[in-house]
Amino acid sequence: MSRRLFFRGARVVDPASQRDEVGDVLVGDGRIEGVGSGLDSKGATVVDCDGMVLAPGLVDLHAHLREPGREDKETVETGSRAAAVGGYTAVCAMPNTEPVTDNAGIVAEVRALAERAGICAVYPAGAITRGLEGEALTDIGEMAQAGVRLFTDDGRCVQSSRIMRLALEYSRPFDVVIGQHSQDEALSEGWQMHEGHYSALLGLSGAPAEAEEIIVARDIALARLTGGRLHITHVSSAGTVELIRQAARRQLPLTADVTPHHLALADEDLVTYDTNLKVNPPLRSVEHRDGLRDGLAEGLIDAVATDHAPHAVEEKEQEFDQAPPGTTGLETALAVVLTELVEPGILDLATALRRMSTGPAHILRLDDQGGPLEPGSAANLMVFDPAAEWTVEPGGFESKSRNSAFLGRTLRGRVVHTVFRGDLVVHEGKAQK
Amino acid sequence: MDEAEIRRATIRIAHEIIERNKGASGVALVGIAARGDDLARRLAAELLRIEGADVPVGALDITFYRDDIGLRSEAPEVHETRIDFDVTGKTVVLVDDVLFTGRTIRSALDALVDFGRPQAVQLAVLVDRGHRELPIRADYVGKNVPTRADEQVRVAIREVDGEDAVYVGAPTASAPHAVGGTS
Amino acid sequence: MIKHLLSVNDLSREDVVRILDTAESFREVGTRVIKKVPALRGRTVVNLFYENSTRTRISFELAAKRLSADVINFTTSGSSVAKGESLKDTALTLQAMGADAIVIRHSSSGSPMTLTKWVHASVLNAGDGTHEHPTQALLDMYTMRERFGRIEGLTVAIVGDVLHSRVARSLTFGLSKMGADVTLVGPPTLIPPDAGAWGTTVSHELDPVLPKAEVCYMLRVQRERQRQQFFPSIREYARLYGLTGERVSTLPEGAMIMHPGPMNRGVEIASEVADLPQSVITEQVTNGIAVRMSLLYLMLGGTQDV
Repeated sequence: MSRRLFFRGARVVDPASQRDEVGDVLVGDGRIEGVGSGLDSKGATVVDCDGMVLAPGLVDLHAHLREPGREDKETVETGSRAAAVGGYTAVCAMPNTEPVTDNAGIVAEVRALAERAGICAVYPAGAITRGLEGEALTDIGEMAQAGVRLFTDDGRCVQSSRIMRLALEYSRPFDVVIGQHSQDEALSEGWQMHEGHYSALLGLSGAPAEAEEIIVARDIALARLTGGRLHITHVSSAGTVELIRQAARRQLPLTADVTPHHLALADEDLVTYDTNLKVNPPLRSVEHRDGLRDGLAEGLIDAVATDHAPHAVEEKEQEFDQAPPGTTGLETALAVVLTELVEPGILDLATALRRMSTGPAHILRLDDQGGPLEPGSAANLMVFDPAAEWTVEPGGFESKSRNSAFLGRTLRGRVVHTVFRGDLVVHEGKAQK
Repeated sequence: MDEAEIRRATIRIAHEIIERNKGASGVALVGIAARGDDLARRLAAELLRIEGADVPVGALDITFYRDDIGLRSEAPEVHETRIDFDVTGKTVVLVDDVLFTGRTIRSALDALVDFGRPQAVQLAVLVDRGHRELPIRADYVGKNVPTRADEQVRVAIREVDGEDAVYVGAPTASAPHAVGGTS
Repeated sequence: MIKHLLSVNDLSREDVVRILDTAESFREVGTRVIKKVPALRGRTVVNLFYENSTRTRISFELAAKRLSADVINFTTSGSSVAKGESLKDTALTLQAMGADAIVIRHSSSGSPMTLTKWVHASVLNAGDGTHEHPTQALLDMYTMRERFGRIEGLTVAIVGDVLHSRVARSLTFGLSKMGADVTLVGPPTLIPPDAGAWGTTVSHELDPVLPKAEVCYMLRVQRERQRQQFFPSIREYARLYGLTGERVSTLPEGAMIMHPGPMNRGVEIASEVADLPQSVITEQVTNGIAVRMSLLYLMLGGTQDV
């Protein structure tokens, strides 16, 4: 594909500039050359976008790319490709790799792998504590200087109030985010799903919503104490949304994200013991799900993040209590949000796109992602067909893994083109690299 | 057949049993559920009246011995089996309402043999409608009723259906019910 | 009849009546000299027991054999189950062997349902984790119906660790379905959240419930649960929820005491009254075989969709 691209006749939705109108976008030399009409597109490859939406590339705050260590499930390259096919131009890769990404050396390795693949920007997150043990802080300063924007022990929760306090306090000068996977281990011991009507019916141990809320309440207090930037990842409880609402009144620099599967599904969907629906935090009741939707619409939850968690086929094809938790999500996120939230009118399109691009880009302090789409800005954008109907099939993923919570579902909305730093990395729905 | 005919047939069969077996000692009646069971009791009452013999009566459900288990969409309905005497050494007269293909009797013979070793087994039926598919014959027949294979023969017994009658009817669209269908 | 029996909730009220009625005939077969009928001749029933349970397994084995079916036992004590072969691989092997029915007992809730994804055979749940034990519930209901002539309106108290009991779940669902009046009794920590939604009453006091309980069903309480602090001590548990001689005397005339076994004397039941449920246990063994024969017959006696 030539370096100059002319996207013709798209509905351009750019949350950062509040633009929502039909027009053209000209891309060249890695940058946006023009947006609107009357652009000089001589020599550029024309990409017809009639009936489609063009928006900033999506930014994912939370994806497990599994490299180093579990390259059988996913690699930085395959994960990047999956991201691009899903409309993502930036992904924050989680540090629960093997070995754990708790030092600048592994951070550099992951970045290099991403650069070599050249499909998507990958920002490795750094662990808060060494080995994710929850006891000793990692060299946060060095990793921040190596480009880490978000620190988290995700997979695990920092149980110690003291360590969490120190992390929030120590990290302040680096303007990085301390992300918490909020889960009180003692209260959620042996959990398989949400504790409620369905866990009782299915004979599975449950973790109550309070196991998340207790940690959230504590961490909000610690954020208030230290002034650190707390980010609550994968909110699953309506109670957490309420805690965030109260904290917002005090104007704390608190941010939060929610996954597409928590927005779409609930514990009642587990009656078939489908291990692809076994996730951490668990899918909670319909009441909780509705609270999350309201929270996202109101902006109490700032972003949608996939928590893309690939697992090997044989790991998921086991007894329910043996299967590791997690669902893939990069390739279905946009479609799920469009089908389950935008279509029924719970969220308008511009807000949905803001939560998936501009919002997360801001949290990671990425100035070349999430728009605004204007002359001179980096060309990280995607084009999707809002009307395209497709069924999620196990054979249809770019990801190495197929453990999607949405297998067999029919969704509406599909990414057609993705541009990463001016390169057309996805064309007509197919990855080009 | 109407009620009067059925009664006369029953009495005649009772006499034939006595004649053939030179009395009623050593004779036991086993009715094939359902309906054969009630007919067997009536025969026993006749034997008592005619000969003063109190002949043991049992009921046998042959469902578990059918040759078509697994061929119908649902497992066939089960009725009561009650044989509280020893069949070994006895002349067991199996009693059924309709004799048709002979498969029910084949099943009944298999079932009976699991209860013991009768000295002899005889068969009494109210109606023989022909169309045998197995080498089975009745020793005592109430009435021979020639039928087409696809016709329905329905026996009503007072104890079960509120009246005594035998009807031969046109073929129906529904599959024949277990009772009276594949006799 | 349903193809798989994974939960009591899979059965309609009519199904339950049919199973119990058919079990009557099979009980009669058990009184014959030759306790065998050829009904399932040529069928293969596999007992796939990942948890040790001699009694349940033998009950299923006898049930299948008395129907003239061939029986294969895959148990933890031998074969590949112990070697760590995955459930899926074991399932595919059984499928290749031509199993018509697989009776599975497993410590993971939901594993019978998972098994149905990999086999064409009928799957019968003989106990999965803390989820359900449908055949035990059916056999318990058979025994109750036998004793009282009905299940509808029967007052039943289920006492003990309901949270961890698959028998309690199945029995509660079954009894509610048949119109019995069920009360669950135990400490709040051992009664699942939302149990009231199961169509039962919940009580945390045993004494007021007993005088109305025609059936008093005691659940086994494992000592492990005290270690996990679901209740402070065995002594306290026995004092508040244990069935003692004194409590037995408050039961209504003709009440039946049941226990799924094995009993933990001194915990949920005092030694002095332990032989009361004992007398029912002998009936239960006979009834268990009859009910399992009835299930196998009804589930395999129709056409099998391949």
